[in-house]
Amino acid sequence: MSKLIKYFRWYDYLLITLTIILTFLRVGFDLTLPDLMADIVSVVIENGSRSEIFSIGLEMLLYTVLAVISVFFISFLSSKVAARFANILRRKMYEKVQSFSAEEMNDFSVASLITRTTNDIQQVQNLVVSSLRMALRAPILAVGAIIKIWGRSSSLTLVTGISIFLIVVVITFIFIKVGPKFKIVQENIDDLNLVTRENLTGLREVRAHNAEEYQKEKFERVNEKLTNTNIYVNRILMMMHPFMNLILSGTSLAIVWVGAYLISQNSINLPTMMAFSQYAVQTVMGFMMLTITLMMFPRSFVSARRVSEVLQTKAKINSPLEPVTKTGETGTIEFKDVSFRHKDAEEYILKNINLKINKGETIGFIGSTGSGKSTLINLILRFYDVSEGTLFINGQNIKDYPLEQLHDLVGYIPQRAILFSGTIASNLRLGKKDASEEEMLQALKTADMDKFIKRQEDGLQYKVSRAGQNFSGGQKQRLSIARGIIKQREFFVFDDTFSALDNKTDSRVRKNLIKHIKGATTLIVSQRVGTIMNSDKIVVLDKGEIVGFGTHRELLKENKIYQEIASSQLSKENL
Amino acid sequence: MSRGRHGNTRIVEKPNNFKESILKLVRFLKPYRKQLIVSSLLSIIATILNIVGPFFLGKITSQIQIDITNGDPINLQAISIIGIILVSLYSLSSLFFLSQSTVMSKVVQNMGKNLRTRINSKINNLPLSYFNSNSYGDVLSRVSNDVDMITDSLNKIVSRIISSITTLVSVIVIMLIISRTLTLITLIFVPLNFIFVGLIVKFSQRYFREQQMQLGEINDHIEEMYSGHSIIKIFNAQEEKIKDFDKINKKLYKSAWRSQFFAGLMFPIMRFVGNLSYLAISIYGGNLALKGKILIGDIQSFLIYVRRFNEPVSQIAELTGVLQSTAAAAERVFEFLEVEELEDEKHKTKVLEDVRGKVEFKNVTFGYTKGNKIIKDFSIVVKPGQKVALVGPTGAGKTTIVNLLMRFYEVDKGEILIDDVPTREITRENVSRLFSMVLQDTWLFKGTIRENIVYGEDNVSEQELERAYKAANVDHFIKSLPKGHNMELDENSNISQGQKQLITIARAMVKNAPMLILDEATSSVDTRTETLIQKAMDDLMKGKTSFIIAHRLSTIKNADLILVMKDGRIVEQGNHEELLKKGGFYSELYNAQFN
Repeated sequence: MSKLIKYFRWYDYLLITLTIILTFLRVGFDLTLPDLMADIVSVVIENGSRSEIFSIGLEMLLYTVLAVISVFFISFLSSKVAARFANILRRKMYEKVQSFSAEEMNDFSVASLITRTTNDIQQVQNLVVSSLRMALRAPILAVGAIIKIWGRSSSLTLVTGISIFLIVVVITFIFIKVGPKFKIVQENIDDLNLVTRENLTGLREVRAHNAEEYQKEKFERVNEKLTNTNIYVNRILMMMHPFMNLILSGTSLAIVWVGAYLISQNSINLPTMMAFSQYAVQTVMGFMMLTITLMMFPRSFVSARRVSEVLQTKAKINSPLEPVTKTGETGTIEFKDVSFRHKDAEEYILKNINLKINKGETIGFIGSTGSGKSTLINLILRFYDVSEGTLFINGQNIKDYPLEQLHDLVGYIPQRAILFSGTIASNLRLGKKDASEEEMLQALKTADMDKFIKRQEDGLQYKVSRAGQNFSGGQKQRLSIARGIIKQREFFVFDDTFSALDNKTDSRVRKNLIKHIKGATTLIVSQRVGTIMNSDKIVVLDKGEIVGFGTHRELLKENKIYQEIASSQLSKENL
Repeated sequence: MSRGRHGNTRIVEKPNNFKESILKLVRFLKPYRKQLIVSSLLSIIATILNIVGPFFLGKITSQIQIDITNGDPINLQAISIIGIILVSLYSLSSLFFLSQSTVMSKVVQNMGKNLRTRINSKINNLPLSYFNSNSYGDVLSRVSNDVDMITDSLNKIVSRIISSITTLVSVIVIMLIISRTLTLITLIFVPLNFIFVGLIVKFSQRYFREQQMQLGEINDHIEEMYSGHSIIKIFNAQEEKIKDFDKINKKLYKSAWRSQFFAGLMFPIMRFVGNLSYLAISIYGGNLALKGKILIGDIQSFLIYVRRFNEPVSQIAELTGVLQSTAAAAERVFEFLEVEELEDEKHKTKVLEDVRGKVEFKNVTFGYTKGNKIIKDFSIVVKPGQKVALVGPTGAGKTTIVNLLMRFYEVDKGEILIDDVPTREITRENVSRLFSMVLQDTWLFKGTIRENIVYGEDNVSEQELERAYKAANVDHFIKSLPKGHNMELDENSNISQGQKQLITIARAMVKNAPMLILDEATSSVDTRTETLIQKAMDDLMKGKTSFIIAHRLSTIKNADLILVMKDGRIVEQGNHEELLKKGGFYSELYNAQFN
């Protein structure tokens, strides 16, 4: 939390200070009531007049109204401060994540970043609100009440002290007992969800194996566990209420009881005892609130830490501070002794890659899963930085390129098509901000998606739902292709783009592409020999190394691994 | 106390039919009625014992006052007697509260468990078509969130609300005993309380709902953007997206502080109204005491009761909200439990065993939705032991044929026969026993490799297992693992797609059914593993009637019969050579991959 505090601005501090002042006032107003009550009692005992009682009553009314007015402002200020804090954190977080490279994304994982930006920040907001309201008020109230009772009677103060001690012990005990169980409850719920999800995703398998009973037993096991933990947690939590009641009632009783003895010894009078009993209850309540709030804090602190972890992380890949001027070369890529491994990993994913790609060439990349094809592509996009060696784009070290400029050079179509909610047009315009309708239609035509659009009433304004869920895998892939190629760029990268398409569409789209992206340097990664066999050159990767480089024909003749891959996919006639 | 596991995105939902949902819930609670009644009684007794406390407490003060006014020494003996009575009252009350919560936790949690069990069993009794229109996430949220909601609020309703009502009633009774006029004054403030609370609830709910909506919106946005991080980056769209984000974030900020503000006012305002009545009682009671009509101790008790009185009022106000969301959750749960189940097949006595493997489709027509026929008038006879490949573009209906064969779905028209017996005449369980199945989406669950492989089969001997491992080419892989086939599989286990596929093949081998269905998708597997899988599948098919959904044409050239499907119909059939010679759709498909 301490690391997040710097995101408060000066006006936040102003508002917080105001809140503190108001809280002092509020507590002060609240605490005058029992004394005034005692005054009334004195009036009664001393047989005073009605007007005396009435004027005391008016004073009480005044303080009550003042108290509620301060509460109004406290509530207003604390909400503002907390909501703004959350707002700023969320924004910073979002910006930060946008600046991350693939490495940081992997380190945190997307799912975790999402919860950190949403739920965790929400938790922090709640923390700020309850700090400003409860946690601030409780100690002031407790101290205020203690000041009020201090010196009036040491025995009664002792009684109150014992109650406070009991309260703190009981609440702490309950939290120590229950705290760790919360985590277990969460784990049990996760297990339950896991088993249910398993059953749901495997509906066919479950039925095909007549394994309904098996699934049921499995579910019952986790269900039983969850239920038992829940019973345990609930029981202890529900114990809290009767105990609190007992202690509060006990305090009142003890004060009156002890007070009776004190009065009989003439050490205090009746009004003092009555006021004391109310202050004592306030004090005990204050400590009760304080303890409960403090016990809830560690959980919010976890959230705060998760948020600050992200905010503290620096993106490893940034634009260079001093970009180097262009060499004038275009469309070339050169790997010079490039190796790559993930940080902390021992194994290299790519080893000693030396490769020169010239302007306008179409290069195919093939190899089994884990051979490093996609990693090689990721280096060109600078999703990762090379571990050793140098990578040149247009004759210039890739690290000297401003990121935006580098990204602008490349049309990238990933393996898994990612679309965003909006319209087809808004998705295509991600590829080219000012794309005209014609350009969009042309791109869609190349991607073999034009017929679909023409069938739709909304045309280019056809809605894309979240993550493109309203499209099939093939359609998504084709839209992704259209987006990638809508703008003429120096490089085009197809990272296993075509595997989601059936053979026929694949070959049709590729034919269109040749015309569409003429002159650009094109890299195609694929598992299918058919997709890359007509490339100018083919790079064969195996276990992170280049084991073959040449045309389809050459490789077929000389390269063992290529032969192996090809023979498993093509029939004799094609070879 | 909320345990915060619903996250912050739950919107206060309103049920469509409040009364019916609550009635259903009450009916569901019937088996627990004894415990619920006991718990309620305990709660009532505990509350009453607790409530009479201040009455006696006031008696101590009054005793002191009387003694002082009369100039007598204070009667400490009388006071001690009252004190002892109070100690026993409070202790008894706590004891009853404790036993009440013990009973209640158990009842409520067991009911939750029962609900979850019912939902889970329901999953496997539903027709698969249910899941065409309902997402898994939806079912999952019913199992966890909705059931949680119901148990939490039942706990609240029974424990808190019953004690609130008891408190309210007994407080009024005792107040009336002490002083009718003072009671009247207290009651005057009740409507005021309701008005204030009502106003705040109205505002806060509005902004709360707004906040939930915007939270949902921002969650959606963030999820989409973070998942598509690489694309945003590569297309330099960060700035643009931050602008989008800012818009939602700003809206969220507004509704967030507003809802926080009103929520923060709730309790203090109620306290304020409480203080007002406290004040009125002090003034008016003071006057009465001056006249000697009431004792100070009575005013003291009365003041405590005034505070107590406001508590249940606010809790009952909260009840409407709790009941609403409980009803909404119950509605969702019961709606799911009432979905029409698969046909009960207990009356079917016919059993097919030791089949030869003749399969016949007779004029089969089928669609997942009405009016949209996926399979149209489909007829084919497959001889025992034949290897049949289904080929065609996506959406042609290949997977649907498998769904119908396995009776995952029922045909709309026509029939499917196995060894000349219509599958409709035997149980689904029987049909399932006749097929081994390897699907494209390798489905493995959390458990050991062994459990995953013997899945659903009893009495599989170690030798049989060993043989299946060998045949499926997983024996080396399994032996290389630290715990062999007892290794646990979970989301973190580092097992390649290919190995997963081989494990499902081993599973099919262990089942050893007379017929086979293979959805042979190996697109995500490297070529060498693919060869292994291919070999394993070939072994699996030996001598069995097999249906193969072919994705890569090179792998089905040796099928006895290739069915080329398009738009739910067979457009061509024959073996590889015949179809190529024909120069039709098949040869077009086949040649496309090399151009």
